[in-house]
Amino acid sequence: MSDLQPSSSAKPDKAAAARRQFFADAGRLACGAGLLGLGLGLYAKQARALPPAALRPPGAGGESDFLGACIRCGLCVRDCPYGTLSLARPEEPIATGTPYFLARQVPCEMCEDIPCVKACPTGALDHGLTDINEARMGLAVLLDQETCLNFLGLRCDVCYRVCPVIDKAITLELRPNTRTGRHTMFIPTVHSDHCTGCGKCERSCVLETAAIKVLPIALAKGQLGQHYRVGWEEQRKAGHSLVEDKGLGDLPDRIPESAPLEGHYDPASQGGPSLAPGKAATPDSGVDSLSPRLPGADAHSAGLPAMPQNIPGGGLPNRLSDEAAR
Amino acid sequence: MSLTRRDFIKSSAVAAAANAAGMAVPGVSEALAQQKNDGIRWDKGTCRFCGTGCGVLIGTKDGRVVATQGDPEAPVNRGLNCIKGYFLSKIMYGKDRLTQPLLRMKNGQYDKNGEFTPISWDQAYDIMADKCKAALKAGGPRNIAMYGSGQWTIWEGYAAAKLWKAGFRSNNLDPNARHCMASAVTGFMRTFGIDEPMGCYDDMEHADAFALWGSNMAEMHPILWSRITDRRLNAKHVKIHVLSTFSHRSCELADNELIFKPQSDLAILNYIANYIIQNGAVNQEFVKNHVKFKKGVTDIGYGLRPNHPLEQAAGNNGYPGPDGKPKGDPNKATDISFEEFKAFVAEYTLDKAHEISGVPKENLEALAKIYADPKTKVMSLWTMGFNQHTRGTWVNNMIYNVHLLVGKISEPGNGPFSLTGQPSACGTAREVGTFAHRLPADMMVANPKHREIAEKVWKLPAGTIPDWIGLHAVAQSRALKDGKLGFFWSTTTNNMQAGPNINGEIYPGWRNPAVFVVHSDVYPTVSALAADLILPSAMWTEKEGAYGNAERRTQFWRQQVKPQGQARSDLLQYAEFAKRFKMEEVWPAELLDKAPEYKGKTLYDMLYANGEVNKFPVSEQMKGFENEEGKALGFYLQKGLFEEYAAFGRGHGHDLAAFDVYHKARGLRWPVVDNKETLWRFREGYDPYVKAGEKVRFYGHPDGKAVIFALPYQPAAEQPDNDYDLWLCTGRVLEHWHTGSMTRRVPELYKAMPDAWIYMHPEDAKKRGLQRGDTVKVQTRRGEISTRVETRGRNKPPLGLVFVPFFDEHRLVNKLTLDATCPISKETDFKKCACKVVKA
Repeated sequence: MSDLQPSSSAKPDKAAAARRQFFADAGRLACGAGLLGLGLGLYAKQARALPPAALRPPGAGGESDFLGACIRCGLCVRDCPYGTLSLARPEEPIATGTPYFLARQVPCEMCEDIPCVKACPTGALDHGLTDINEARMGLAVLLDQETCLNFLGLRCDVCYRVCPVIDKAITLELRPNTRTGRHTMFIPTVHSDHCTGCGKCERSCVLETAAIKVLPIALAKGQLGQHYRVGWEEQRKAGHSLVEDKGLGDLPDRIPESAPLEGHYDPASQGGPSLAPGKAATPDSGVDSLSPRLPGADAHSAGLPAMPQNIPGGGLPNRLSDEAAR
Repeated sequence: MSLTRRDFIKSSAVAAAANAAGMAVPGVSEALAQQKNDGIRWDKGTCRFCGTGCGVLIGTKDGRVVATQGDPEAPVNRGLNCIKGYFLSKIMYGKDRLTQPLLRMKNGQYDKNGEFTPISWDQAYDIMADKCKAALKAGGPRNIAMYGSGQWTIWEGYAAAKLWKAGFRSNNLDPNARHCMASAVTGFMRTFGIDEPMGCYDDMEHADAFALWGSNMAEMHPILWSRITDRRLNAKHVKIHVLSTFSHRSCELADNELIFKPQSDLAILNYIANYIIQNGAVNQEFVKNHVKFKKGVTDIGYGLRPNHPLEQAAGNNGYPGPDGKPKGDPNKATDISFEEFKAFVAEYTLDKAHEISGVPKENLEALAKIYADPKTKVMSLWTMGFNQHTRGTWVNNMIYNVHLLVGKISEPGNGPFSLTGQPSACGTAREVGTFAHRLPADMMVANPKHREIAEKVWKLPAGTIPDWIGLHAVAQSRALKDGKLGFFWSTTTNNMQAGPNINGEIYPGWRNPAVFVVHSDVYPTVSALAADLILPSAMWTEKEGAYGNAERRTQFWRQQVKPQGQARSDLLQYAEFAKRFKMEEVWPAELLDKAPEYKGKTLYDMLYANGEVNKFPVSEQMKGFENEEGKALGFYLQKGLFEEYAAFGRGHGHDLAAFDVYHKARGLRWPVVDNKETLWRFREGYDPYVKAGEKVRFYGHPDGKAVIFALPYQPAAEQPDNDYDLWLCTGRVLEHWHTGSMTRRVPELYKAMPDAWIYMHPEDAKKRGLQRGDTVKVQTRRGEISTRVETRGRNKPPLGLVFVPFFDEHRLVNKLTLDATCPISKETDFKKCACKVVKA
């Protein structure tokens, strides 16, 4: 097994440490069978399954790697200026002596200089993390849409305003309040490509039980099947239609000039590449391309009905990012 | 409450199963409790916080407000609330509610430097009366003053105004609305001759464009903002323009964000007027029939103390000159023609506006176009960005200039709209005449005809009401410091935190041994702790009340619960205090000779038991509800005061409906004539005061015309320089209301926004060797505070400007602010002074 071979992976320390952890746990189990039996076995099991509410410091990476590399020295806890981090005590269902925080109690303040990571002597907290915006301690999820005040149409949005990555990690998506008929609901929406999992949102949720919670990413995140791609995202990433080179075009729709259909989508009539004979598309015609346009992208200039340009989240940013490995 | 058997079994089963499994299922027990409910009595009320005036239902049980809900049928908010409104039921129950009078004492005696010691109400009234009488004897009516707010209920403000102006014959009465709405008031009075917005919130569903001039509605008027957002979403052509000196939450929705240099809004407004004229967009017919032009005097100073170099240089600040005569009148204006106005604004070209404001030309032009385009209905909204401005009156006048030039006013979707920050800035502070220069229904103490009308309604002999304008808020602070006031009563507000230049003026004023300071409050605010006598007040639904919101909507509520401890309403405090004064002690003999019926009577008899105020019996109160004042005095005091007050405005453009109607309505927008509300004033068909065929009539002025004022751009009183290199702007946040005395006592709101940090541009922080979260000192020429640096988050100041909220009593940002005011409105500019930020 590769576990027993000298590792050639990029993280030799962590792999070695993981082995030590494995032997330690195995040793515990063996003793436990003879001495404490079920009790210690349960403890070891618990210690490897971090409870969802407990979050690791920035740069901790995957839980098993982290447990392998962390030597329980407590230096990260010592250097945290906000008292966010604690060392797990034996009675807690977290590997004893490892650092963690509970967002609802004291969230991470996202220090620019990341003192906890600097303090880590083993790399259990990745020293490659120098920009706190890149930290991924967890992912905020608006779990309860029935009690979230903004889903009720009230104007709370405290989670949004306390977010240190406001307008990126949390945006307010606008939705008409059909009950009142004259108000907008501001729906807090978390974007995994920017959320660091700092927990300020969960901490400050004004409900008696928070409607928004930070969860381990593995628990929080779905993963799109590899057999399907999100068309508009692929196009956005490529910067052009993926079939641009195939010479696709359109024929104009017949609509009486006296009764134009406002907002009607007809690329050929709107200056896009036309397949009509004698009207070859020219790439430098300076008008809209054939490809379907996203509302809000630049539809203002095209004179089409458009989503508000600067509405929070209205521009469909990277929310379906495929960095789903996290 | 209908709870079906099936529901009950279902939820009981879930709870039982959860219990058996040793689990706590969140919400199950609460849901059960809710379903069983009751015993909760629901009644109509109004939110205690901002000027929006959201309707709420108040749930009481066992003598306690246990829950609230947005009133789903309230026209203002249709059941919605902001996060402050969500916590309304908690604001009365902070652990440190004041429940008994507290006097500074040493060795059993009052001592200015003594410790706060509980005393009885009788003892409190006794010492207040002693001190007040002594002050009157020593310095006459000018030696006493009162300071109130737009949080007074309508009858409290009215009773206070009557007590001071008719009873003590002192116009030294001012509300904190001086710090908040005074520039809006003088703006309305100068342009229209009558106070308050012509339009209403319904404008929001009809406008094609919105321009926010110095208002962060997304945080400060959250429910109204969701209405504007809804309009923006539903009608694709609608555009939003946001003007501010820093980028904030409202900018998120902006199609056109204009971040301008502080004070340059004056130049932008003149540019727009110029653009309208240059592009032939003037509504000629409207201007010809409904508008006249004036040019205001300009050299008006900055409302600073007279020895300040800026005031010595000013020629028209109205201060005494070397000869003892006033140096001009800052409010003066002379008639000019349209051509003269056109020439006056001609210099405000696009280039010049860009140069002064720093706003890109295309953004300025896009803004000018919405006003100039005759097909675009524009709603302009503003709050403190305009009002807290050393040219606050001007900038209010100048936004009206723009709307009047194109005739976009007083019709659905078209209108300038001055928002308010307090629940009754309009209803109380402005309408009942609590300003030092006003009487009820927009009348002025300086106008002999107005005094005569008030004396008639109040059954006073001629000459009772003094003709001098009393001390405004900032002048009160200065007079206290200078030892010119012997008795000062502050109530329903927290000036030691909210007023400007605390270090230099307010604190030394209140602690001046020459004065006895009484402060009525519900919590031990910094103001309470700086006073000599603290009176515990009843708050919100512990008394029957009425507020008037920003759209002229008057809203009532009944007393729902008993005041806590020994707390009493401010209204009852005035009535009982008035009983301590014999008429002979407050009026000179020659005045009393003109009204011999008051001889031997008390102030209370003259003011409140005058045959009008006391004519409604307690039997007219709704059965099943308490009314402490009725119990104490034996009549329906609130109804009597309201009906006497309403007599001022009925038939004069300020008509209020009958008292009882308001207890049944979800608020009514005045003038209420023939039992109909008025939504748009000055417009035929909408406003009963505009006669058929007149189309539009600005009847506040006798000639029916509104005034366009020629006024220039002028710089701020204090600007950044080498020593103090940053602009300091102060303001609010959504989670807290004003000085946080209520919201900071709600644990959830405290947790959501615990501290006021200083928002600054990341580059400005870097230049000073600072990183986010560092502790810094913010310093001005007047003081310093410590706080932490915030370079992220909700507010994004441009280079050279910092923003600090004022809700946090642990760091009083008003130690730093400058007490410069608009010389006309006397409202402080809390948005502009010079500061520096250094690492602590």
